[in-house]
Amino acid sequence: MKEQPDAIAALAATNPSPGEKFYPPFQVTPELTKKAKEYIAMYPEGKELSAVLPLIHMVQEKHGYICPESVIWIADMCNSTPIHVQGIVSFYPGIRTSCPGKWHIRVCHTIACALSGGEELLAYICEKIGINPQALTNEHPIAVSSDGLWSIEAVECLAACGFGPNLMVNDALYSQMDRAKVDALIAQYSNKA
Amino acid sequence: MSEITYKPGRAPHPRETRRIFRNIDRVGYDPSIECFMKDGGYETLKKAVAMEPAAIIDEVKKSGLRGRGGAGFPTGVKWTFIPKGNTKPVYLVCNCDESEPGTFKDRFIVHQDPHQLIEGMIIACYAVQAHYAIIYMREEFPEAAKIVKRALSEAEKHHFLGKNILGSGYDLKIILHRGAGAYICGEETGLINSIEGVRPYPRIKPPFFPAAIGLYGCPTIVNNVESLCQVRQVLMRGGEAYAADGATRSPGTRIIGVSGDVQRPGYYEIISGSITYGELLYDLCGGPKPGRTFKAIIPGGASAKVMRCDEVLKGRNPDGSVRKMTIFDVPMDLDSIAQHGSMSGSGGVIVMDDSRSMPEMLRNLNRFFAWESCGQCTPCREGNPWMLKLSTRICQGKAAPEDVDLLKSVADNICGRTVCAFGEACAWPVQAFTTKFRDEFLALTRPVNAMKPHNPETAEARKYLTRED
Ligand SMILES: Cc1cc2nc3c(=O)[nH]c(=O)nc-3n(C[C@H](O)[C@H](O)[C@H](O)COP(=O)(O)O)c2cc1C
Ligand code: SF4
Ligand code: FES
Repeated sequence: MKEQPDAIAALAATNPSPGEKFYPPFQVTPELTKKAKEYIAMYPEGKELSAVLPLIHMVQEKHGYICPESVIWIADMCNSTPIHVQGIVSFYPGIRTSCPGKWHIRVCHTIACALSGGEELLAYICEKIGINPQALTNEHPIAVSSDGLWSIEAVECLAACGFGPNLMVNDALYSQMDRAKVDALIAQYSNKA
Repeated sequence: MSEITYKPGRAPHPRETRRIFRNIDRVGYDPSIECFMKDGGYETLKKAVAMEPAAIIDEVKKSGLRGRGGAGFPTGVKWTFIPKGNTKPVYLVCNCDESEPGTFKDRFIVHQDPHQLIEGMIIACYAVQAHYAIIYMREEFPEAAKIVKRALSEAEKHHFLGKNILGSGYDLKIILHRGAGAYICGEETGLINSIEGVRPYPRIKPPFFPAAIGLYGCPTIVNNVESLCQVRQVLMRGGEAYAADGATRSPGTRIIGVSGDVQRPGYYEIISGSITYGELLYDLCGGPKPGRTFKAIIPGGASAKVMRCDEVLKGRNPDGSVRKMTIFDVPMDLDSIAQHGSMSGSGGVIVMDDSRSMPEMLRNLNRFFAWESCGQCTPCREGNPWMLKLSTRICQGKAAPEDVDLLKSVADNICGRTVCAFGEACAWPVQAFTTKFRDEFLALTRPVNAMKPHNPETAEARKYLTRED
């Protein structure tokens, strides 16, 4: 049983983001379906639903975020309903419903990093990449720069507390950061393909 | 292998005993299976599969090993909670969700020495006769996910995983499942729901252990990464030999992560109970930053109750008489600190010096818990944002003295009224901070604030009743 795509689209409405030009739009391809089946096969028989998170990660990695079309596709693959998948998508902070920048910076602002200057560093990075820190709220924890190159997110503990302040750029962790190191990092990523 | 050399500046302190972290920051060590096997890796597994599963459980029970995920439950005992005469499949899940603020130990194991975990896991799976196991890893470890996946396929190539492991007739499959940035997935039943592909709401207890009913309704053992690595140590040394080291009730080594205001923050592996908090902070961590003194310590991850450094605690001498002591005299095992009202939890020690504002620290923790509550129980879902509002108001100087008591009473009303232990985890810091540093909270408040509205709507409604000063 499938819900009307329109109703789902309204539920899962995504904000347009300048980052979209750096990610290919979501498209179902034979490779994608094949990869999805491989993930599903990892779980015991009849437990396709367990593959929801891996499939979400797979889509998010490639397309930057989870769009309504991908919700419907994932639901289909996992023998579930779009509304169920949407319930998962809306639960986890790590699942995005709008596109991040090409370089997505996550800055830890939890206690140990805060003790070593994480919150000040967050403000400094926002200023560096031209994002108003006020734009980061609980409802919209991610803000994207107008050129789509950067996005920033304040996150909770990254489990490297002794070496704070910590931040991640896409998949890489950077510890013991300070302003000079942030300057160098941003310069390095600005020129990276 | 001969002498171990560590990377410059990363050598262990002489008072450390590196077992689990033996290969962390070691020169020339990489996460490959060759490296691990050259160092004696998978030898313990060979020994284990030649034993009866029940004999392994006995060995782990004898060792006195207790879980390292926070609750400190005896691992061997947990394994026996699988119902007798069970005919359903048994699952084992490794909890690598490490997201308790202040805790950072599992990260280094999965990044630098993943085979140690896999070997421990295979032994544990064999002991409980699980044929399917899952490593649940937090999403913020994308590099580790690649490393562990590679390690799993290496282990399979060497016949440590898959069908008929080392000719023993025992089959095992281990997969990696990644979370998506939610702290509550560290709670074992939330974690299980996350794997099942439903919203990761913690399940209602009883059953108190998923060993009775867990993943897909089958018996499931959930153990922390470090616990599973310790299982390997137990088998390597023998249960009795393992139990001989360290505190009687919590033997073996512990990995302590120190963060905050010390000269040398970082990880330290010590024999449980062999040093005190004072020795840890002054000797291993080099003491406070220049010109500072220690003010407060959170001894076991963000949800443990904070301890004042000048608090006078009652200790007991061997002859039973009472003596005065401070947190610096408390030994670092799992139970000693619990006698003084806090807990040693996951081994994350967060240190604050005299430059810190305690209300500000509490506000930070409140924000963490308000953000991470799964929203299933009303006291937790509504109470956490409320506590955050109150502590923010206190920090901004907009609170009245009564707000400090209100803050504590909100915490008191969450504690014990929720589905999972998150309720306690979020309430304990508030209770401890507001009681132990009450003066500091009160100093930021003014009685006149009680008259003032907190939002534009009430401001409008009370326009003619309150004065701005
Ligand atoms: C809110 C909450 C968060 C938790 N987070 C973690 C975690 O991140 N990692 C972990 O190993 N255990 C965590 N636990 C503890 C687990 O529920 C469980 O007790 C543990 O994984 C058992 O493993 P052990 O017996 O090896 O310690 C958490 C518990 C609660 C209540
Ligand atoms: S106590 Fe909080 S985190 Fe735990 S189940 Fe209830 S609402 Fe969720
Ligand atoms: S508090 Fe920032 S990594 Fe743990």
